[in-house]
Amino acid sequence: MEKRAHFSGWTLPLLLILPQMAITVIFFYLPASQAIWQSFLREDAFGLASEFVGLENYAALFEQPEYYRAMITTVIFSTLVAFFSLAVALLLATQADKNIRGGHAFKTLLIWPYAVAPAIAGVLWMFMFHPTLGTLGRPLNVMGFNWNPMLDGTDAMILLVLSATWKHVSYNFLFFLAGLQAIPKSVIEAGAIDGAGPVRRFWTIVFPLLSPTTFFLLVVTIVYVFFETFGIIDAVTGGGPAGQTTTLVYKVYADGRSGGDLGLSAAQSVILMVIVIALTAIQFRYVERKVQY
Amino acid sequence: MVENRPFAQFMAYLTLAIGVVVVAFPVYLAIMASTFDTATIINGNMPLTPGNQAAENYTRALFYGGKLAREPVSMMMVNSMIMALGIAFGKILISIISAYAVVYFKFPFRKTAFWVIFITLMLPVEVRIYPTYKIVADLGLLDTYTGLIMPLIASATGTLLFRQFFMTVPDELLEASKIDGAGAFRFFKDTLLPLSMTTIAALFVIQFIYGWNQYLWPLLITTKSSMQTIVIGIKKMITTTDALTEWQIAMTTAVLAMVPPVLVVIFMQRLFVKGLVETEK
Amino acid sequence: MAGVTLDTVRKIYAGNVEAVKGVSLAIDDGSFCVLVGPSGCGKSTLLRMIAGLETISDGSVKIGDRVVNQIEPADRDIAMVFQNYALYPHMTVYDNMAYGLRNRGTPKDEIEKRVKEAARILAIEPFLARKPRQLSGGQRQRVAMGRAIVRKPQVFLFDEPLSNLDAKLRVQMRVEIKRLQKALGVTSIYVTHDQVEAMTLSDKLVVMSGGQIEQVGSPAEVYRRPETRFVATFIGSPPMNILPGTVEGPGRVSVGGQSIAVTDIREGLTPGTAVEVGLRPEDVQAGAAGASSLAMDVDFVEELGATQLFHGKVAGADFVVQASTGQIAADIRKLTLSVDPANVHLFDPQTTKRLGRV
Repeated sequence: MEKRAHFSGWTLPLLLILPQMAITVIFFYLPASQAIWQSFLREDAFGLASEFVGLENYAALFEQPEYYRAMITTVIFSTLVAFFSLAVALLLATQADKNIRGGHAFKTLLIWPYAVAPAIAGVLWMFMFHPTLGTLGRPLNVMGFNWNPMLDGTDAMILLVLSATWKHVSYNFLFFLAGLQAIPKSVIEAGAIDGAGPVRRFWTIVFPLLSPTTFFLLVVTIVYVFFETFGIIDAVTGGGPAGQTTTLVYKVYADGRSGGDLGLSAAQSVILMVIVIALTAIQFRYVERKVQY
Repeated sequence: MVENRPFAQFMAYLTLAIGVVVVAFPVYLAIMASTFDTATIINGNMPLTPGNQAAENYTRALFYGGKLAREPVSMMMVNSMIMALGIAFGKILISIISAYAVVYFKFPFRKTAFWVIFITLMLPVEVRIYPTYKIVADLGLLDTYTGLIMPLIASATGTLLFRQFFMTVPDELLEASKIDGAGAFRFFKDTLLPLSMTTIAALFVIQFIYGWNQYLWPLLITTKSSMQTIVIGIKKMITTTDALTEWQIAMTTAVLAMVPPVLVVIFMQRLFVKGLVETEK
Repeated sequence: MAGVTLDTVRKIYAGNVEAVKGVSLAIDDGSFCVLVGPSGCGKSTLLRMIAGLETISDGSVKIGDRVVNQIEPADRDIAMVFQNYALYPHMTVYDNMAYGLRNRGTPKDEIEKRVKEAARILAIEPFLARKPRQLSGGQRQRVAMGRAIVRKPQVFLFDEPLSNLDAKLRVQMRVEIKRLQKALGVTSIYVTHDQVEAMTLSDKLVVMSGGQIEQVGSPAEVYRRPETRFVATFIGSPPMNILPGTVEGPGRVSVGGQSIAVTDIREGLTPGTAVEVGLRPEDVQAGAAGASSLAMDVDFVEELGATQLFHGKVAGADFVVQASTGQIAADIRKLTLSVDPANVHLFDPQTTKRLGRV
């Protein structure tokens, strides 16, 4: 798209764009390119000299069992959060889309968790499911479930999934609701005249028409689980117990903090970048196809 | 339609009500916990009705802090506020002028400039965290507000949002302004800026929440406790050795940390939804 | 005030697309000139070049005695009314009209005087404090006019200003624009694709097609003596019928074996030369077979109230006749048309130019 009318001259526009360019280059391109460059280097033990080692850092990374474990953890975590947050959000959105009184109030009451910081969401759920003092966690143990997210990896993962889903449902709900409201009523009425009942109408008409939204939310949710849930993980489990809830992003952070190999850490960052770029590219391609349709 | 029968209505209400309860319950517990003393919470039988320690807890948290994070929470809130406002205003400022340049001027490398900015849309700060940390450290910006704010402004969302809005402004408006004798500055000030107010407000809401809720970045670059934000502060109040955790103070702080962004969402809901939907287009 | 002179004005867009192909035109001071043509004919581009919103690739535009090619729109002493009005949505009606004057540093009381006067002329005084979105389409249109009037420019430019209004309002505003222009006496250039608007408003009618001027003249001239087949079919509603024919001899052509007389025919055309014969639906009458008549098969009739349109075929080609209601029986199937030789237009099938007397 282009504007028909413009102003002439180019010192002014260059001045206007300068601040953004400067910040982008200093805090984005510089660090990103350094990460890429560093991922090909190895520092000696004293950090005094470094040599170019090609893809060795990547090779070394894929020899670490912990890296695979982080990958698997990430996949499990994202799959669960994506599934639950999308399913719950869709259920709530279809109900809120019905012509009921007070629909707007329900919307307000459902969307505010978006404003809660991930770390805080984690703290709230940890408190609620604390094995000895939590309002819900303690009864679990009393009933003999042996619930302890601090010691048991599965329990820890469950708690993370719950808090991450809780925080993200509001976002998906909002977009699903907007998507539902954008479906012309006449299409659904035509379905009703064609003899489809409410359930059938949902799965054969509404859900397919909603698929662009669903796909978009799927990608956004995965990106959310990859990056934004860092706060939840750090607040709730700190990647533990015994590294069982360490995701790829958390591993970058933890390795860096423990002063590990810079090259390895950089290689991890680069892999993450590639994943996000791939996700975004898929999304753009999909959106484009949708537009052409 | 015909199926809008009472039963369907009832199911809708029931589902939504359950949803609201699940959404609200953890927060409700936190609010309750902020009204009791440590002992009541630690013994595991915290009542679900408010206790009588609220005034005590909030005063202590706000003005004295806890045993583990000794900074008063009011200080942390000031830091969070500065960071959130800095990010929101900083981003609005740099992105509205860069979008203005990209949309309303033709200059060499305009397309390149646009793409340079556009690419940043894809990469959140988390993936380039250590190199960014190093640059901020080299610039001597650790433990400064500038260091907290600047790297988080470096993204394309704002520019794209404004560009998108500017594209919907009819060309004739610029042409009419030209005939009315307005130059680039006047057109921006008299016409484009007033028309952009809703977009600015929507972006502000989104960026304020984004800034207030930042975690990893402030965690890395603030070392002094006087620079701590409230979200980081809470995390420091909770330790794995349960005996040391003052849950009532931690929960009081959590409630305080949620108040500003949640209020923004509730009272600026229309702008919030607009901002959210349009930054993702 | 001033006239406008265009001298071989061209507009060439990137990719060598020539939107305006060397247009020359002189518009007299105080006259109302309408540029009409189908969309994409270059009329809007031409207007926007006069306004200074598009650069001029070649040739020159003069307002009065001043060449304005390199002059900013604001300094050309023109005012423009846009199709979508382009009112500033966030400003009141008053501010919309005052904005251009303020930017020029006009004294406050002078601005107020001029805005009030324009508002009085246009009957929008009650709305001065409102925002454009609180106005109806017709009221917005008036504000856009007001914005142009307060400037007291040398030239008014109108870019399809009525096309966003409903049919009834359009007719009403058309009359008002004409009245206003006559009262103010400001040179006006008006772009439209609507030939009725063009006919009714203009002192000088310019028909354009494909980036070029097809014909310039008074509305009556253009209607009575179209210079090209394009003009013939574009001006007039329903459009002129075009039939294939051949020259029989001096002053006579044959259409499908039926001979008719023609007054305006190029001298020296050899018999047998193919021509296109143009007849306006309103220019043929039902009559008896005679020295200059055509037989028509009628298919159906459209009722327009005061008139009726008879659709059918003459010599195998589609043909429409317009007649006052009741003049011809509505259930007629065969019609004999008498043709006035003065109303027959001939065109060259190759060049599409008029084959009239030189």
